[in-house]
Amino acid sequence: MSQSAITRTPAPPAGVSERAQRGAAERLGEAVEHSWRPFALLLVCLVAWWSVSAAGLVEPYLVPSPGATLDVMATKSGYLWHHSWVTTYETLLGFVIAVVVGVLAAVVMVYSSTVEKTLYPILLFAQVIPKIAIAPLFVVWLGFGIAPKILIAVLIAFFPVVISMVTGLKSVDPEMIQLSQTMGASALQTFVKIRFPASFPHLFSGLKVAVTLAVTGAVVGEFVGANEGLGYVILQANGNLDTPMLFAGLLVMSLIGVVLFVIVEITEKLLLPWHASRRGDAVSTAY
Amino acid sequence: MAEKTLRTPRADAGRQPSAAESSTAVGLDAVQVRFRTKKKDVTALRDVSLGVASGEFVAIVGPSGCGKSTLLKLVAGLLRPSSGAVRLHGEDVTAPRPDIGYVFQRAALLEWRTVRRNILLQAEMRKMSADHARTRAAELIEMTGLTGFEDAYPHELSGGMQQRVALCRALLHEPPVLLMDEPFGALDALTREQMNVELNRIWRETGTTVLLVTHSISEAAYLAGRVAVMSARPGTVTEVIDVGLPPERDYTDTMSRPEFRRATARIRTLLGAASAAD
Repeated sequence: MSQSAITRTPAPPAGVSERAQRGAAERLGEAVEHSWRPFALLLVCLVAWWSVSAAGLVEPYLVPSPGATLDVMATKSGYLWHHSWVTTYETLLGFVIAVVVGVLAAVVMVYSSTVEKTLYPILLFAQVIPKIAIAPLFVVWLGFGIAPKILIAVLIAFFPVVISMVTGLKSVDPEMIQLSQTMGASALQTFVKIRFPASFPHLFSGLKVAVTLAVTGAVVGEFVGANEGLGYVILQANGNLDTPMLFAGLLVMSLIGVVLFVIVEITEKLLLPWHASRRGDAVSTAY
Repeated sequence: MAEKTLRTPRADAGRQPSAAESSTAVGLDAVQVRFRTKKKDVTALRDVSLGVASGEFVAIVGPSGCGKSTLLKLVAGLLRPSSGAVRLHGEDVTAPRPDIGYVFQRAALLEWRTVRRNILLQAEMRKMSADHARTRAAELIEMTGLTGFEDAYPHELSGGMQQRVALCRALLHEPPVLLMDEPFGALDALTREQMNVELNRIWRETGTTVLLVTHSISEAAYLAGRVAVMSARPGTVTEVIDVGLPPERDYTDTMSRPEFRRATARIRTLLGAASAAD
């Protein structure tokens, strides 16, 4: 009869199903709870900025007022839109290429130690060389078009992708691999069903770093030689001492970075709900 | 060990049991395992011989590091012996064997898969027919008391329930041999007893040959027909004890049976002797 006691166990503990159903509304509440603080801080900064310029503590050509900046953003919105789009396009293209190449390189490196030993020093070299120093060279090689910007974005975003993916692929529980062998699985099956998905949490932490770096890469490319993009806008504004436009460019650029980061984070939550919920506690304290 | 390689193709799932293999499911013959590390050679197993009959439940106990897990990995083909022979159903084991079920101490579940899909991983890897696999998974879920948790993720389950999922996964393809490496080692005492009762029932219902590695003397004596006691490294089987209890065992009742007490006392003496000899 002790047997029947065990078979009856599964009346699901109330907590489990309940949480799953309340999920959506609760999560929205949590999101607000987590995000109002940064917005409040942002508001404080804005007020500080506004009071400094309104009190005339700094010359307007050094620090424009928030009003003047917003005014430029409104009146020159078409101009800013165009150049923001160019920068976003370069960033995204660079990011996607970096992810594809980075993931492939990581897979090859994990499966062949010879390749790893050969590639690693070169990767490290490509990482430590200051991108801004070789950017002019790329312009000489590839011209003033979009190519050098994408190349710099790729180079700058590639490293975190490779490193995180290699770590992810290597951190798979060895017992899981052995288990897969007892299931008669081929190496490809083991990779597709176990190793690859198991590396996603690591990969995504690399992607978050990479996407913000890709913005930097694109702008660095534009600084060196371009007639389009936010980097070009900022250089032009700087040359004309048009500080409101310069600030507007900076704001938009940061906004692009933040939005892309948030998109990667949302993708992570959608793709890896198990991961996000598992470290739920950590998130609520870390934000 | 390669002196006689009467090798039949491995992918012979539907083979008829010959007389020899219906009697012996697992056979280890003078097996020795040496590991080479940078500084020294370690002999993990020395002259281990053990025969397990088909449908039998054999527990393996021994001090930590005596090579119990190594023994299971040999049977599964995850390791190769340095010398001696390992046979599964009369066939030499030369590569990872798909005709077994394996349960580790940690449940080793894929955290991005639900309970059901974790169990079905076995079917996907083996390319079993989807309908058959789903029916079988549903049966196992019911049998192990996981009903209502089919769509839960591993992190939502307790340790005991995770281990049940691992057990279902290991049983999905109805393996003739089930290898269990301290499957309940990480569970609390009460859950462990419940799992023992369940495992006894599952074993009787499925007729699977079971090889169970455990640290718990009472677990070994309660579950197994025979208990192989191993000595400290280099590990070898010092004695195989017949527990002498009927297959169907009530937990509390079994604990007070004289056969049970005799078996556990004998195991304790042997293990005590093994550690005293160090």
